[in-house]
Amino acid sequence: MAEAVIKLGKKKARSLFIDKVKEILPEGGNLNACLTCGACSSGCPATGLRDMDPRKFLRMAALGMDEEIAASDWPWMCTMCQRCIYVCPMKIDIPQLVFNARALRPREERPKGILGSCDMALKNDTTSAMGTTEEDFEFVVEDVLEEYREAQPEFADMEAPIDKEGAEFFLNQNSREPVTEPDELVPLWKILHLAGVNWTYGSKGWAGENYCMFLADDDAWKHVTKTSVDQANKLGVKTYLNTE
Amino acid sequence: MVKSVVGEENFIDMQPNRSNNYCCGGGGGFLQSGFKDERLQYGKLKDDQIKATGADYCIAGCHNCHAQIHELSEHYGGNYPVVHLWTLICLSLGILGPNEREYLGDDLKEVNVFHPETAM
Repeated sequence: MAEAVIKLGKKKARSLFIDKVKEILPEGGNLNACLTCGACSSGCPATGLRDMDPRKFLRMAALGMDEEIAASDWPWMCTMCQRCIYVCPMKIDIPQLVFNARALRPREERPKGILGSCDMALKNDTTSAMGTTEEDFEFVVEDVLEEYREAQPEFADMEAPIDKEGAEFFLNQNSREPVTEPDELVPLWKILHLAGVNWTYGSKGWAGENYCMFLADDDAWKHVTKTSVDQANKLGVKTYLNTE
Repeated sequence: MVKSVVGEENFIDMQPNRSNNYCCGGGGGFLQSGFKDERLQYGKLKDDQIKATGADYCIAGCHNCHAQIHELSEHYGGNYPVVHLWTLICLSLGILGPNEREYLGDDLKEVNVFHPETAM
């Protein structure tokens, strides 16, 4: 009866998902080292969603259940927070297994919201997931800065530079602030001003969010990150400050 | 940092804390994934943690966390305000203007307002 239920025979037939992930991770992500203790699952907020948990996910991968893994939506419900690695006695990189599982389905079949946000980020060099252009960003920053310099004279000298060469810090910004709540930009500017920090935004790559990474579209992820880093390097800044 | 802003006696850490803490569920693309019910269920643990502190405010470290915890606060009925750290830093420095208080609760909305005449 047992062979009707447990099908391990197909394991050698083709390259397994888990083997491919092991190849790209240092030490194979320790993916072979699971003691099945369940510490990962006991502290995972995603445990139970879609009848899945980290231990079960890893066991399914180890058993070669690649089709079931590809069909599961659970990899999109794991935030890859890495708590499972932290508590794991064998330091198994389950989040990397989850991340790579996202790429098992065709790009256009991945969650529409994440897909749309990534595609939007690819439209402009701002890398904004909300599609904000360089001109719109510049307008908002200058407009808000001007307004606050006037209304709060103690901050008449406050700056919010874009593409300032040789600044100490390159600061990125979640698109939601310039687009939907520009007043929320100001407190951070004030703190940087009072601290005497020499900082700048980049006209390119100022947007801090990277939905292409979440989409598991590695090429697009690299493009978004590279656009921002290239701008920071072009300006000769010393430190990249990620606010996301 | 938080203690220096709100005062040592006003800081209540959640349990478990630091590296043993739980993710709120706003990251990894979850906010845009379309799986709202699952996202809120994921965040129940975080909401329970926050409520257990009895604190009046929750400080979120990034924009994704802020959006998620803010929604948890409303969804599960705790209705605790969720604020960015920059808001409290500026409030403590006395430089938080009337239009920079979107996420402060009613108890702090009118406290120590910088240039109140510029309210819009």
